[in-house]
Amino acid sequence: MVLKGKTHIFGDNIDTDVIIPARYLTTVDPNELAKNCMVDIDADFAGRVQKGDIMVAGLNFGCGSSREHAPIAIKGSGVSCVIARSFARIFYRNAINIGLPILECDEILDEMNAGDELEVDLAKGEITNLTTGKKYSSEPFPEFMQEIIAAGGEIAYLRKKFAKQEA
Amino acid sequence: MGMTMTQKILAHSAGKDCVKAGELITAKLDLVLGNDITSPLAIQEFEKIGLGKVFDKDKIALVPDHFCPNKDIKSAEQANVVRQFARKYDITNYFEVGQMGIEHALIPEKGLVTAGDVVIGADSHTCTYGALGAFSTGIGSTDMAAGMATGELWFKVPDAIKVVLKGKKKNMVSGKDVILHLIGKIGVEGARYMSLEFTGEGALDLSIDERFTIANMAIEAGAKNGIFPVDDVTLEYINAHSKKPYKVFEADEDASYAKVVEIDLSTLDYTVACPHLPSNTKEIANLGDIKVDQVVIGSCTNGRIEDLRVAAKILKGKKVHKNVRCIVFPATQKIYLDAISEGLIQTLVEAGVAVSTPTCGPCLGGHMGILAKGEKCVATTNRNFIGRMGHIESEVYLASPAVAAASAVTGKISAPEEVL
Repeated sequence: MVLKGKTHIFGDNIDTDVIIPARYLTTVDPNELAKNCMVDIDADFAGRVQKGDIMVAGLNFGCGSSREHAPIAIKGSGVSCVIARSFARIFYRNAINIGLPILECDEILDEMNAGDELEVDLAKGEITNLTTGKKYSSEPFPEFMQEIIAAGGEIAYLRKKFAKQEA
Repeated sequence: MGMTMTQKILAHSAGKDCVKAGELITAKLDLVLGNDITSPLAIQEFEKIGLGKVFDKDKIALVPDHFCPNKDIKSAEQANVVRQFARKYDITNYFEVGQMGIEHALIPEKGLVTAGDVVIGADSHTCTYGALGAFSTGIGSTDMAAGMATGELWFKVPDAIKVVLKGKKKNMVSGKDVILHLIGKIGVEGARYMSLEFTGEGALDLSIDERFTIANMAIEAGAKNGIFPVDDVTLEYINAHSKKPYKVFEADEDASYAKVVEIDLSTLDYTVACPHLPSNTKEIANLGDIKVDQVVIGSCTNGRIEDLRVAAKILKGKKVHKNVRCIVFPATQKIYLDAISEGLIQTLVEAGVAVSTPTCGPCLGGHMGILAKGEKCVATTNRNFIGRMGHIESEVYLASPAVAAASAVTGKISAPEEVL
């Protein structure tokens, strides 16, 4: 799958409390959650973000609580992909499980501006900054995780698995 | 090459003789845990799998502790989703308000976790049970759903940091100061994807409550889990609380670690994490004058009986400062009752403390102690992120129960010796 979108830049240690504050965790509806995505550090993010946009961040993105509402809020806001220098481990699992594409890339953040347009080839792990023309590569996921992503998330993957067992 | 303690537990639960860091395995689960925020989403996803049954109704625990007792209509609806699910599938370990406590204090107290177990919980502080020599880790709602359906989950075998604790703590320095010091030293992503394995004579000198506090905050260094060796202190706790068979795993002598960190406990002072990261630590002597509006003593980190004893010891015969609201949350009903019978609650209430039923409420800015714009709070909780306890321009300082209680008396962040 190839994604294309404009970028929003965030720093290091973006925690799940700022991705979606706990006071908004009284719903599991992605559209409702999206309304308050990033609100505590970027008050008009929800109003500004366009379908297909890409988040680029620093180290340890998604640290803190286990709330899956965080990747759901990001996906619900229309963001197609998150690229970070590194991800906190629970967020990493959650993103794969709900089918939000994420990529680790160390260099790109140093050589771009907010609003640059990126093209991301998920299968190859290739990222192209269409604004600057520079190309970057990211480690592809292990095969097992690629199967989960290809199935459309962990639940779809399990449904397939159980359906096979019954057949 | 030998294995770490965590690797040994994972190898055993995956039915393997040996595992290596980085290897993907599927482990059998001894307990799957969720709360009133994460379970509704897990339940929605579980029903989508369409199996119509859980893997083992005795090995699932549902604890409505975050926004409960229900803070508003929406949270009441969410709690009800969990309650109805528990009834539908006859979940043995559903804890209603009145039985409920903060999950990571409640689960060990109820004997639902023991040494050698593999536990997942849809709450990041599930890593607490490493204090008992279990592998336990936080996961999200979808993993919880998969766990409830299948009784197993995939893991990437973690590398580890060995934390060697030496010497004895001085004064009222506690396990909280130890873990804040460590996070300050290695950073909020210092142990990302790794285990924190605590060892050394200093580790064995810690009380079980202190070990819970330390393992609890392993996640604040990015760790997958934190774990302590099993000794007499562990076994005394396990035997007093659980009838489940336990299994003791020890790290191999030749286990490989990504890093070894040594901490001499005798050199530690009271440590405070300043806004807005748990790694932003300072020793209290270097903190300066910080006036506080609120003091919170409680949470899955520091709401246990030892914590309440320390708070009562410091507040006995004194009054909470007139500019401070001090709120104490016993972490479980049993801890609450023990605190009553020991006279701690009387001492606290006489000092002007508001004592609450168990809830995670204020720690995550849910309810029961939200901060206004510009307010400062010293809390025994685990996170001080932007907006964590209320307004985005409020500030949370993380500290031990001793420092929090002393600060309640003086109205500024203080060492306990200032009031004792």
